[in-house]
Amino acid sequence: MLKIKNVSKTFYKGTINEKKALVDINFELKDGDFVTVIGGNGAGKSTLQNVISGLYAVDSGIIEIDGTNITNLPEYKRAKYIGRVFQDPMIGTASNMQIEENLALADKRGEKRTFKWMLNRDKKIFFKEKVASLGLGLEDRMESKVGLLSGGQRQALTLLMATIKKPDLLLLDEHTAALDPRTAKKVLTLTEEIVGDNNITTIMITHNMKDAIQYGNRLIMMDAGKIIYDVSGDEKKKLTIEMLLKKFETVEDKISDRMILS
Amino acid sequence: MNIIFNLFMSFLDIKFWTGPMLGATAQGLIWGIMVLGVYITYKVLDVADLTVDGSFATGGCIFAVLVVSGFDPTISLLIAAIVGGVAGFVTGILHTKFKIPAILSGILTQLGLYSINLRILGNAANMSIGKIDTNIKFVSTFFSITQQQAGLVVGLIVSVICIILLYILFGTEIGASIRATGNNSQMIRALGVDTDKTKLMGIVLSNMLIGLSGALLVQMNKYADVGMGKGAIVYGLASIVIGEVIFRKIKNFAVMLTSSVVGCIIFFAIRAIVIKLGMDANDMQLLSSIIVAIALSTPIIKEEIEKKRSYRENTKNFVKK
Repeated sequence: MLKIKNVSKTFYKGTINEKKALVDINFELKDGDFVTVIGGNGAGKSTLQNVISGLYAVDSGIIEIDGTNITNLPEYKRAKYIGRVFQDPMIGTASNMQIEENLALADKRGEKRTFKWMLNRDKKIFFKEKVASLGLGLEDRMESKVGLLSGGQRQALTLLMATIKKPDLLLLDEHTAALDPRTAKKVLTLTEEIVGDNNITTIMITHNMKDAIQYGNRLIMMDAGKIIYDVSGDEKKKLTIEMLLKKFETVEDKISDRMILS
Repeated sequence: MNIIFNLFMSFLDIKFWTGPMLGATAQGLIWGIMVLGVYITYKVLDVADLTVDGSFATGGCIFAVLVVSGFDPTISLLIAAIVGGVAGFVTGILHTKFKIPAILSGILTQLGLYSINLRILGNAANMSIGKIDTNIKFVSTFFSITQQQAGLVVGLIVSVICIILLYILFGTEIGASIRATGNNSQMIRALGVDTDKTKLMGIVLSNMLIGLSGALLVQMNKYADVGMGKGAIVYGLASIVIGEVIFRKIKNFAVMLTSSVVGCIIFFAIRAIVIKLGMDANDMQLLSSIIVAIALSTPIIKEEIEKKRSYRENTKNFVKK
């Protein structure tokens, strides 16, 4: 469903700071794939997601979703296909707006917006049910401003917003990295539930190797803008952190402290 | 002492209320429509749009020329609003398509508009509309009330209509995406909204209200002047700030819109009072700047004081233990 062909991206080309973030990436996802992406800082994980989401234009190559070439579509037009959750809980939600208003905005992702009233009784009930399914008790605060919620609550809400209208592809960019371990665990469990229940094709970047092994049916390791390791199915199930670490070492001695510690 | 005595005496004087105060309220309501426009850019969109000073005068000048050449005043009001919107469109395009910072885009448009406004008035600095029929004049003769009273009635009706329409608009899907653009543009882009477009819509809408307000002021004052919009942005910000202070507790959108208009009335009331006290009307610009500067710096100063105070308190307790 997602096809990435010969995609390259270099930042600050021709300057002393030139950085090859993606080098001739080829990569394909099947419907319903849940792939976790790991790699050191600067390996190109986030760049990979950001060229898919349209934040950055690629230097070369083609990106397709379900046979549609989206390579040159602006970010807001790709939103039709893609749901996103960001690392920073502040980015995914509008803090001055109510919970139900945020959901109403998300429910129209990629659709034409009109001069119709954004909320009505049916929608309010629908959103309330959805929020209740998060199990955070937020369903009684539907008219609260999102700015009053904690980081974990906001991230769970962002996850709901990204998937309330089923996306073709869900991009999770270290979406639990800014949360405390317990909250992170909760959000990850929610992620697994939502992705599993709706069979959403997902790319999840993480710095946590345990999570990368535990979740999803496929794992990709990136280094210096290349995919250096790609496992799925039974082979992935047998993975251990030690094996991953070894893999890292064989490539280069560039392991960030964060990866060893987590 | 003398000043306080004078102030006290003027409050007792019924003529002060029916004269300058009534006029100030009418002015406040009419300028209040401009403040609603400033509210949309400054508060909703989080964009500082300085087109205001120009588009306000453009609305007024266009209106004067149209009614003098025999156009219907109501249609002329609408055209003034549309032309104000066009001015906003120019600023919006400079800002969104060509990525010129919003403040500079606004200044460029505003400066250019000065020449255009002179052209509109036929290379004259001002134009009297004299005895020509306007909406305010119509209300004044229909109810046999003074021009000022009629200005108040018309100003009230138009601002209430604008507040209701804005409230409805910002509750729609498109309106909500404009609000979200000001609040978190990154998020709303990820949800499929072209934020350049929503910004443009907001700036155009804002300047339509501003043009309308300028045209109504011409009705009230019976003349248009190319410099009539000078300082409008500062008046607008001052009004918003005053309104926020008064309605601090309430965060309802309709109330916040209303508070901006009320803030504008209070602003013009303060102006009437200080003029009554003998201050030169030309000093009002300085006073307005000072009010806005103080209002905008107050939160920062408060925060600093609070930080130092709480540090002192906490450290004191710690030392005691």
